[in-house]
Amino acid sequence: MAQNKPLIGKLVLVTVAMFGFGFALVPLYDVFCDITGINGKTAAVAATADNAVIDTSRQITIEFLARPNKDMPWVFKPEVFQMTVHPGEIHIMNYLAENPTGRMIVGQAVPSVSPGQAALYFHKIECFCFTQQQLAAGKNMLMPLQFYVDPALPAHFNTITLNYTLYDVTQAWDAQQPPQDNIGE
Amino acid sequence: MSVVITEPRDHDDQHDHDHEHHDHKPRGIKRWLYTTNHKDIGTMYLIFALVMFFIGGAMAMVIRLELFQPGMQFVEPHFFNQMTTVHGLIMVFGAVMPAFTGLANWMIPMMIGAPDMALPRMNNWSFWILPFAFLILLLSLFMPGGGPSFGWTFYAPLSTTYSSDSTALFVFSVHIMGISSIMGAINVIVTIWNMRAPGMTWMKMPLFVWTWFITAFLLIMVMPVLAGVVTMVLTDKYFGTSFFDAAGGGDPVLFQHIFWFFGHPEVYIMILPAFGIVSAIIPTFARKRLFGYASMVYATASIAILSFLVWAHHMFTTGMPVFATLFFMYATMLIAVPTGVKVFNWVATMWRGAMTFEVPMMFALAFIVLFTIGGFSGLMLAITPADFQYHDTYFVVAHFHYVLVTGAVFSIVAAVYYWLPKWTGNMYDESLGQWHFWCSLISVNLLFFPMHFVGLAGMPRRIPDYALQFADFNAFISIGGFLFGLSQLIFVWVLIKCARGGVKATDQVWEGAEGLEWEVPSPAPYHTFETPPVIK
Repeated sequence: MAQNKPLIGKLVLVTVAMFGFGFALVPLYDVFCDITGINGKTAAVAATADNAVIDTSRQITIEFLARPNKDMPWVFKPEVFQMTVHPGEIHIMNYLAENPTGRMIVGQAVPSVSPGQAALYFHKIECFCFTQQQLAAGKNMLMPLQFYVDPALPAHFNTITLNYTLYDVTQAWDAQQPPQDNIGE
Repeated sequence: MSVVITEPRDHDDQHDHDHEHHDHKPRGIKRWLYTTNHKDIGTMYLIFALVMFFIGGAMAMVIRLELFQPGMQFVEPHFFNQMTTVHGLIMVFGAVMPAFTGLANWMIPMMIGAPDMALPRMNNWSFWILPFAFLILLLSLFMPGGGPSFGWTFYAPLSTTYSSDSTALFVFSVHIMGISSIMGAINVIVTIWNMRAPGMTWMKMPLFVWTWFITAFLLIMVMPVLAGVVTMVLTDKYFGTSFFDAAGGGDPVLFQHIFWFFGHPEVYIMILPAFGIVSAIIPTFARKRLFGYASMVYATASIAILSFLVWAHHMFTTGMPVFATLFFMYATMLIAVPTGVKVFNWVATMWRGAMTFEVPMMFALAFIVLFTIGGFSGLMLAITPADFQYHDTYFVVAHFHYVLVTGAVFSIVAAVYYWLPKWTGNMYDESLGQWHFWCSLISVNLLFFPMHFVGLAGMPRRIPDYALQFADFNAFISIGGFLFGLSQLIFVWVLIKCARGGVKATDQVWEGAEGLEWEVPSPAPYHTFETPPVIK
C-alpha cells in the first residue's frame, strides 16, 4: 500500500514531535514563569546593582523565612526575621547555618517569593543560593544575601516574603567530584 | 444514505494481493496469535477489555468493602492505595480504551466499506503487546513494597521520592500501553483517510467513524506526552534528574501541568467514541435520521480542540494567579456549548420518532441522561471558587464516574448489544438484556449518586477511613457497588448465551438500522467488502 506511506510518515512525525513537546514543556514552563513571575521564582543569577533611584516615600516590609528540608540536618535560620526597606536601597542580610552532624554536608537553598508576582521585582546582587554550600562536621557559617527591591514594584505590594528551603545535595555533589586516591587514609 | 453493493465479479480477478489465507485461517491459538483480520483483532480487544473490566472491578469491590464501615476493617492503607491506583489505571487504559479500539477495529472497516484496516500487521502487534503491559502492571502488585500506590495520576513527588521500586514496572507498562494506543490510532487514521469506499465522502461517514477519526488524532498528540512524563518520573527516581525535584531546580507543579496536558484530552479520548455510538443507536431506534449531522461533526472537532486549552482546571488549588484560573474556568465552561449541541441533537432525533426500547436503546437513553448529570457536575467543578471546596473530595469521584461509567462504559455496553447480532449472527436474549439494563441502572445510581452528597460534605477521596457522619451513606454506596458488580455477571451470561446460539439475526438486524455494516450478512463473514461497495 504505497499510498499509505506518506500519511504514516506524517503521523509518526506528529507522534515524535509531541514526545519532544512533552520535554519542551520543561524549559517552556521555566521561561513562562520567568517572564510572568507567577511561580515566585527569583532569578537564579545575580542582578546588577544599577543606580536605581531610592524611593524614600515608600516602605516595604521584607520577611525572611528559612526551612531545612526534612532530610537536611543543618540548623538554618535568618539573622533577622523582618526588615523595612525603601525601594532601590541595597541591603545585606545574613543567614546562619550550622552543621551539627559528624560529617561534611553540602546544601542547596531554593528561594521562593510570596506573593508570586513580586518575585520579578526582588533583585539579588549576591546570594548563597546561587551556588551549593559546603559545611564541614560541627562547623557553622554566615551566608550573605545582598538585595534590593525594584522601585517599579506595583503599589499594592507592601510586604514581600522570601523563603528558603535548604536541601541536602551531598550525594549529587559527591557524584560530581573527580575520584580521589584514598591511599594512606 | 443509499448503498449499492456491486456483485462480486469473478473470484480470481479479485485475488491480486495478499488474500492467500482466504477462508483457511490457522486453527487454535495460532489463529489468534498470527491474525491480521480486523474482526479477529476487534474481538480480542473486546474480550481483553471485558477481562480487564472485571479485574479492575474486583479492585473496586475491595475499595468498597473497606469503605463499607468507618475505621480499618479488611486491608492495610498501603494496599488500599494500591487498589485505588491500579483500579484507575486498569479501567482507563485496560478496559475503556481497548474496548473502544476493539469496536473501531470491528466496525470502522465495515462502516466505510473497506476490506480490513490499512495496516493489518501493525494491528496485530498493537493488540498483542497490550496483555504484557497489564501483566507487568498486575505483577508489580506482588513485588516487595507493593505496586503503584500514588493514584492513577502519579503526581510527583509521590511517584518519585516516595514510591516503591515497582515504579519502574509501572513506567514500562505505561510505555507499552502508549505504544499500543499510538499504533492503533495511526491505523485508524490511515484506514479512514485512504480506504473509504468510492462515494464515501467525508460528510457521509457515520458519526462513529468521525468521532474515532478525531479521537485518533487526540491519541497521537497526547499519548507521547504521557510517555514523556512517565520517562521523567523514571529518570527523576532512578537516574538523578530533577524535573520535579525542587532541590535540583525542578518543580513538582510542572508535573501536574505536563500530566494534565495529556490527561484532559485523555478524558475526551474516552468519551468522543461514545458520542459516535449513541449517534448511531438513537436514529436506529427512533427510526429517524440523525438530527444535525454536520453540527455533530463540528461539535466533536471543537470539543477536541478545546480539550487542549483546559488542562489547568485540574489544578485550581495549586495557587495559580487569578487571570490563569479565569482563563481555564471560562475555557472549560465553553466546552459545555458543543456538548450541549450534541445532547440537543440526540433529543431532537427522538422527537416524534417511532421509538422502540430494545436494550441498546435503553443504554443509549441512560447514557444521555446520566452523562449529562456528569457533565453538570463537571461544570460545577469548573467554577474556580467552588472547586476549592470540591477539590479532592468524593464529589470529584462522583463526577468522573458518571461520565466514565454511565457515560463511556454504558455506551460500550450499548454498542455491544447493538452490534452483537451482526458479530455472532444470533439475537441476544432480550429479557436477560433488559434485566442487565435495569439492575445496572438502579445499582449504578445507588453507587455513585450519594457520592455527590458525601463529597459536598467534605469526605476526601483516596482515604481508607472516614468521619463517622459519612457511615450511612458509605454503607449505602458500597451496597450499590456490590449490586452493580453482580449485575455485570448478567452481561457475561448474555454474551455467552448469544455466542452459543439463539434466534438467527437478519442482515439488517434492527428495523431502522442504516449503514454499510447492515448490508453484509449476519454473522459478518471473515472477509467483507473485498470489492468496494459504491455509495450513491
